[in-house]
Amino acid sequence: MNEHIVKSFEDELNSLTAECARMGGLTEAQVGDAVTAVVKRNQDLAASVVGRDDKLDEAERDIERRAIKLIALRQPMANDLRRTMAAMKVANNLERVGDLAKNIAKRTLVIIESEPLTPLTRSIDRMGKLVLTRLTSVLDAYTRSDLDRALAVWSQDDEVDEHYNSLFRELLTYMMGDPRTITACAHMLFVAKNLERIGDHATNIAEIVHYEITGEEMVSARPKTDALQV
Amino acid sequence: MNISPQITIDRELGADDDGPVKLSAKGVNVFYGEKQALFDVSLDMSEKAVTALIGPSGCGKSTFLRCINRMNDTIAGCKVQGRIELDGEDVNDKSLDPVLLRARVGMVFQKPNPFPKSIFENVAYGPRIHGVAKDKAELEHIVEKSLKRASLWNEVSDRLHQPGTGLSGGQQQRLVIARAIAVNPEVILMDEPCSALDPIATAKIEELMDELRQEYCIVIVTHSMAQAARVSQKTAFFHMGKLVESGPTQAIFTNPRESRTQDYITGRFG
Repeated sequence: MNEHIVKSFEDELNSLTAECARMGGLTEAQVGDAVTAVVKRNQDLAASVVGRDDKLDEAERDIERRAIKLIALRQPMANDLRRTMAAMKVANNLERVGDLAKNIAKRTLVIIESEPLTPLTRSIDRMGKLVLTRLTSVLDAYTRSDLDRALAVWSQDDEVDEHYNSLFRELLTYMMGDPRTITACAHMLFVAKNLERIGDHATNIAEIVHYEITGEEMVSARPKTDALQV
Repeated sequence: MNISPQITIDRELGADDDGPVKLSAKGVNVFYGEKQALFDVSLDMSEKAVTALIGPSGCGKSTFLRCINRMNDTIAGCKVQGRIELDGEDVNDKSLDPVLLRARVGMVFQKPNPFPKSIFENVAYGPRIHGVAKDKAELEHIVEKSLKRASLWNEVSDRLHQPGTGLSGGQQQRLVIARAIAVNPEVILMDEPCSALDPIATAKIEELMDELRQEYCIVIVTHSMAQAARVSQKTAFFHMGKLVESGPTQAIFTNPRESRTQDYITGRFG
């Protein structure tokens, strides 16, 4: 790809993508810490995840401001336009992921007041790692403009769904077995649901990367397994 | 597991739902003496649509535009090969009178060029020499209708007999558009019609183009990519005398197929 004749345009576009990549790093850390906090029952870590969410909100606003300024002052076209829009949409998805991580951390603070549910925590750990891998992978695809990698993330969404569905069944068993676990289990269910939704955002980002690179939209016809059908 | 995603064929982007073809260039080559200015250009231009020709200076887009109404005939040493069909009829046919052709194919230039006559006479000139109007009343009617279609009537109706050259640049440009449409052309060619105008006058001309395309085939050469994006339904990109890419405007500006097109419209030309 040739460089822009106007250097400052090139610089602004590059810094927009770089800002998005930096926000991606922050988001990964938030998700990773939230999962660790819930698995290890770490109160301090959970509290710090809740406290750091503001940074992500600020990063999203910053990226949005930059993108709007770029559109207004530079009128980007073709791949530049797609790149600008992609940065805005990726930031938007990352902000949502951040909110979900924060929500996991908040629930952690309640969950650790009850007795540990050891096997269940292990399932959450596995699911959390899987979702985090997908998020890392799709953010790599975004920063490197790696279409194959984005497609790989996109096509593996059902793995997370399967984890979620089996966790759902597991939780039902616990709650039926011992009603005293219901509070913790209900929160755990939301933790699992949040992880599943983070996975969905990773898929969204994969679609955005696909559009940014190819200019073609993707139809969301992924294989889905639904909790309501099990 | 199905790895390959389903790719949508975006109806809006991909479909070729243009109206019937009004103008069709087929293998057009143009030489200025020894130098070849256009290489094998083939392009269809639809009725009731605006086709924008874009490309860097000297790419041949104005040369191509001038082939359509045989303006190149007037340049010594200029040779045009290939066919340009207007409703299937070759405009270079020896039996076709270029003066009649230019009545069917009107043209608007970069700098407004009103005749040094009154506003009324500027518009009445064409219909009069082509014998379009039977009598004075009909001529007056044509002048009024043309000025209204060019969105100029409200600004000049009380001073029709003052010189056309006394109008502002934007008004003069609308005056020459009124002059062009007074003879009921089928095609209007515009060679950078707004590059000498301020943004308000430009917006008025663009609004006018949008109105006029309901009835005419409009072909516009423009250096402003944003203008091409705003006014046209189809865009053709020229580079070094060749037609690099043409297609629906939305597709060209969001997802061009050729890297040269992409480099040009994003300001990367190296």
